[in-house]
Amino acid sequence: MRKILSPRLLRDAALIIVPVIAIMAILPSFYSNHLLLFNFVVFLTLAQGVNILYGFTGYLPFGYVGFFGAGAYGFSIAVLHLKAPPLAALVAAGAAAGALGLLLAPLLRLSGAYFSIANLAASLAVLQIISNPNLEDITRGPYGISLSGVFSPTLAYAMALVILAATLLFVAYLRSSNFGLALQAIRENLFSASMAGIDVVRARMIAWLACALVAGFTGGVFAWYVSVFFPETVFGAEFSIFAIVFALFGGTSTLLGPVVGVVILYGVYNVIGVSAPQYFQLIYGFLIMALVLFLPNGLTSLLQRRGIDVP
Amino acid sequence: MLIYTLFAGILFGLYFSLVGLGLNLVFGVMRIVNLAHGDFLMLGAYLAFWLYTLSEINPVAVIPLAFALFVLIGLPLYYILVPRLLAAKDPEMLSIILFFGLSQVIEAVAGIVFGRSERSIPGGELGRALAGFVNLFPGANMESGPVEIFGQTFPAAWVVAGIASLLAVLCVYLYLYRTRLGALTRAVMADREEALSTGIDTHRVSAIAFAIGIALAAIGGVFAPFMLGSITPAMGVEATVTSFAVIVIGSLGNPLGTVLGGIIYGVSYMLMQSYLSSWANLLPYLLLIAILLVRPSGLLGRQVRLA
Repeated sequence: MRKILSPRLLRDAALIIVPVIAIMAILPSFYSNHLLLFNFVVFLTLAQGVNILYGFTGYLPFGYVGFFGAGAYGFSIAVLHLKAPPLAALVAAGAAAGALGLLLAPLLRLSGAYFSIANLAASLAVLQIISNPNLEDITRGPYGISLSGVFSPTLAYAMALVILAATLLFVAYLRSSNFGLALQAIRENLFSASMAGIDVVRARMIAWLACALVAGFTGGVFAWYVSVFFPETVFGAEFSIFAIVFALFGGTSTLLGPVVGVVILYGVYNVIGVSAPQYFQLIYGFLIMALVLFLPNGLTSLLQRRGIDVP
Repeated sequence: MLIYTLFAGILFGLYFSLVGLGLNLVFGVMRIVNLAHGDFLMLGAYLAFWLYTLSEINPVAVIPLAFALFVLIGLPLYYILVPRLLAAKDPEMLSIILFFGLSQVIEAVAGIVFGRSERSIPGGELGRALAGFVNLFPGANMESGPVEIFGQTFPAAWVVAGIASLLAVLCVYLYLYRTRLGALTRAVMADREEALSTGIDTHRVSAIAFAIGIALAAIGGVFAPFMLGSITPAMGVEATVTSFAVIVIGSLGNPLGTVLGGIIYGVSYMLMQSYLSSWANLLPYLLLIAILLVRPSGLLGRQVRLA
């Protein structure tokens, strides 16, 4: 068995993880639109979360936002009803997403598109439950959450960076460990992997829960940072879509791919969104279609085709 | 009350089967997920709306026009998108993203061209069409207005949509099981590679199925102003999810399964609306997940979907 601190992991850390975290940590002192930077951190994390699941197991979580929203509401309910301090409430955010992950684990029995559609339906079902007026006492129903008591954007941004760093490290671990290889073996051929002694159910379950936790914690810091939101905000389908498109555009099962995807596409999103919002949806739709038709394996595949081991 | 709910559920169910039918055909034949299905439905709804508003054409008369027009749109669209997609490593997954992009494009264009405001067609128009049709028979004398079935009165629009949907399903059934092209389509459905190796032009067969699938969505859209409420460019997503619920409850590649799925969906939707209305919106999602987990192949399907 290879050591945990393999040379590949160290290379990944030096080339991607350290620079990304350092840049995102320094930028707030130079650039004043902190909400935009925070959103970049959120999408960097979510895109890597999709990467964990899609890049290593082949399951496409089309309702990924369900975990994000569950985390946001786990955080809010812990703050509002248990008067928990923000850091403890973050644990509640992770717990909410983890519980939802366990509840939805049977979906892993489905394959391909069925999994994606069921996952999408599950996230919409969670939204319908949380925003139901009958549950107003617990979730505030459709009227939204206000967490002004714990508002602390600087600390929330710092925690978002910690979560991003942990996520990047986990992806780097998957890329350099036997466990990551096992997951990819399952993705390529379930039966051969199982014959080779891989515990398929357990391996998938770990990847699934890791992916859920990443979104749950991110949802928690998102709730903390924005502090006022509606159910439709934190369950908006664009979180799932963006995270998936960013990850695929860059190229999955790499660390670099999702990062590049977020920087380019979310950058473009913000530029077009400001200058020509009425054409934004149109341009974005065309961009997504062009991506699938002409570059289905992502930008990093251009380098990989030349034999470069993309970190 | 209960009888009314059940009958309304069946009428809506027939309509929902029409809504899901095209999606079923496309997935069954090409194994790709047309996430833009609901957006073609939306375009059909706008076609009916504008033809009615501009020249008072009755929505029933729009049906053949919508079918022809959208078949003509679907054929080139297939050749632009699908062959490239099928050549990729994981077409089923990528199709979700590709057609999501298409759905965004359609929604954006519709928003720019038609505006974002809600539109509707007066519900009495379908009643006039029904009465006009019945009065063609000698001796019949029908007022346009609500229709009475088993002592319950229903809006004529529901009855017309139900009948038209039933006819559409019947046509698809006849196409698949009584024509040569339909037999070829079923061969591609069963196994694409083997179909290709027996000399079937799979792209031609698939292109026709794709175009029919889109045209069926557009026909469903013609009735959307009466069945789904007012029309907006953003209505497509909900229609897509509903279609998925319907075809998953039924089963893939089987038009009869879609009818069963549609009726189960419609009846349970109406029951929820009558007795538990604040939770009714949750139903399609829960039904979808429950059926996928308990019987992933659908109620009439074979075992195909487990990982």
